Amino acid sequence: MKLELGNIYIKDIQFTEGEAKIDDHILYVNKEAAAAAALGEEEHLASVSFDIAKPGESVRITPVKDVIEPRVKVEGRGGIFPGVIAKVDTVGSGKTYCLKGMAVVTAGKIVGFQEGVIDMSGEGAKYTPFSQTLNLVMVCTPVEGLKQHEYEAAVRFAGFRLATYIGELARDLTPDDTKVYETYGIMEGKEKFPNLPRVAYVQMLQSQGLLHDTYVYGVDAKKTLSTIMNPTETMDGAIVSGNCVSACDKNPTYVHENNPVIADLFEEHGKTINFVCQILTNENVYLADKMRSSDWTAKLCRLLDLDGIILSQEGFGNPDTDLIMNCKKIEAEGVKTVIITDEYAGRDGKSQSLADADVAADAVVTGGNANQVVILPKLDKVIGTMDYITKIAGASEETLRADGTLEVELQVLTGATNETGFNKLSAR
Amino acid sequence: MAKIKVVHYINQFFAQIGGEEKAEYPAELRVGEVVGPGQALMQTFGDEAEITATIICGDSYFNENLDKAKAEIVAWVKEQKPDVFVAGPAFNAGRYGVACGTICDAVQEELGIPAVTGMYEENPGADMFKDKVYTIATANSAAGMRKAAPLVAKLALKLAKGEKVGASVEEGYMPNGVRVNFFEEERGSKRAVKMLLNKLADKPFVTEYPMPSFDHVAPNPAVKDITKAKIALVTSGGIVPKGNPDHIESSSASHYGEYDIAGVMDLTAETYETAHGGYDPVYANEDPDRVLPVDVLRDMEKEGKIGELHHLFYTTVGNGTAVASSKAFAEEFSKKLLADGVDAVILTST
Repeated sequence: MKLELGNIYIKDIQFTEGEAKIDDHILYVNKEAAAAAALGEEEHLASVSFDIAKPGESVRITPVKDVIEPRVKVEGRGGIFPGVIAKVDTVGSGKTYCLKGMAVVTAGKIVGFQEGVIDMSGEGAKYTPFSQTLNLVMVCTPVEGLKQHEYEAAVRFAGFRLATYIGELARDLTPDDTKVYETYGIMEGKEKFPNLPRVAYVQMLQSQGLLHDTYVYGVDAKKTLSTIMNPTETMDGAIVSGNCVSACDKNPTYVHENNPVIADLFEEHGKTINFVCQILTNENVYLADKMRSSDWTAKLCRLLDLDGIILSQEGFGNPDTDLIMNCKKIEAEGVKTVIITDEYAGRDGKSQSLADADVAADAVVTGGNANQVVILPKLDKVIGTMDYITKIAGASEETLRADGTLEVELQVLTGATNETGFNKLSAR
Repeated sequence: MAKIKVVHYINQFFAQIGGEEKAEYPAELRVGEVVGPGQALMQTFGDEAEITATIICGDSYFNENLDKAKAEIVAWVKEQKPDVFVAGPAFNAGRYGVACGTICDAVQEELGIPAVTGMYEENPGADMFKDKVYTIATANSAAGMRKAAPLVAKLALKLAKGEKVGASVEEGYMPNGVRVNFFEEERGSKRAVKMLLNKLADKPFVTEYPMPSFDHVAPNPAVKDITKAKIALVTSGGIVPKGNPDHIESSSASHYGEYDIAGVMDLTAETYETAHGGYDPVYANEDPDRVLPVDVLRDMEKEGKIGELHHLFYTTVGNGTAVASSKAFAEEFSKKLLADGVDAVILTST
């Protein structure tokens, strides 16, 4: 399967009373048209409002729900976010344009305890990757009396509708640069790269339920068996986030679209490795599910005659057991495994970092200790609301200090200790 | 600004007094003198710091007169009032390494003065002290001095100035059980791909998180006659008398509670609750027996299925609580359980 990604670099976002468009790398947003596109026929949102946050500004966005990169499919089967926005059809081939340097951020009144903070400047900006993107922020207001899971779904869909609408503005543009990604059928790949080790990416998807969910082609991941995909499918939005798990190590939809493990394995594809495919598995809470899913992951690794895999986690605590089960069973099949995780070693860094361990997990990359305390400065402007800042996971009653600064764990910062290796943060 | 004051500890060999034949050399304080490897440290200290005194001690003397030597040296360091204490580096010299670790630990503990040493990773002093004293990892012989001395000196300056100490890979000290964040040169996914390529090629690679060795507790033999056994309940599910009288934290608990359930037949929403912050508490608060099954055990007691339910239960919150704390709690209350003649424990989690 072959996909050409065309990048269009956005250098500024501005509001306009006129027609929405992308002109000379500037995105012009008409608020009314954007609101209409985002709301669609949604009955659970009373209103949405828009704001723009730029790198370096004294701006804090909170509570942040999701971050999404607008994309548009210009050639080939299907459309962006298949089974969610576009009709169900196999994506991952043809041509797709991506709006680089920007993101759609959904925010507003808290859904669960586990939404995040994006600071565009100061100490927090060093940790969240979304301090580096031009952010079109949509603040959502739910209708009265809405249940949390209904509200979550409403905000999730509004974000995808808005991102799709923005992506469509790029349909007739010419990309600034393009890159081609191609994977091969099992026999085809073996013939093409007879001497290269066969490698796959095993991605664990957050699926603990109760607002900890991920969707694949629109299917709730907790109701799936481990499965295989072409890695290019993720680039067309085949996996989306429906998560309210701790902000630092959940994967916003942006991370799925731009999965760095996939990008870095493609860099080696055909040179040092044969990047065979992506394997998806879930992180359910029941022991039987954990056993079944990890059995299947190991079985697929063997069936595909893999030599090595990279295994990434999402979330922490309970999923640490899935991580170790997967690693143990895959290694036991003779498939060399490297895992990517993050740590909860306590504020003092002295505790055991994971809730589970095994000698088979001898090759670990870490995204850092999420319990590390940081002091975030008082910023001039808040997009969203500070009403819930003490309730977000990683904050406490003592978070808001007398001088207006915030004492929080890295946990509160969206994407800070990402477990797909999105960042440079680590720990020893 | 006044220069940072450093007191430096070395053995008889590095003081050029002699080798093994002079290992009985007693502890000696040389005020105002920079001796041997002290010169190498001074090069890195520059104008920022100076060695105001050097303490020399024979390795055998130190180890054979441990208490006396330690007391003498600590007293001298106290008198010299340094901002930081440096010992070694000891490379692969075993007794020297143990002496460096011992004296650094004593200076930190007794005087509150920060200390740093350096040695080879297989030096027995490393295993004994690397978790207590910053220990720069060095080569296995004094040929590694040129590389080790600047690392020791830089870390000493940081400690003296009270600056934040970076991660072990940044500063060059041996991992000491404290995880410290820092920014790598490459993103995590790139590091993972490189690690995998090395692993596939059977080339060496270094994991970023060595797996801890988990304690494996062998199960005790089965209780011989459960109908005669005295059973106690212990939980990490946070069940406490209503109002949480001992203020057990909802996360990262600092203590456990001991509560009397003599005569209590059933835990109710009015009398008990959970202090645990890591799970939805609704069902535990509605009926705390769901986490701490007092009601069922009372039934079994009545039916003669067990001997008796112990009148005390022990409880804490497992959420985010350090393993070290859990272990300390259990070590303490296990003794109480044994003293009370308890035959078996039902440990419930959430």
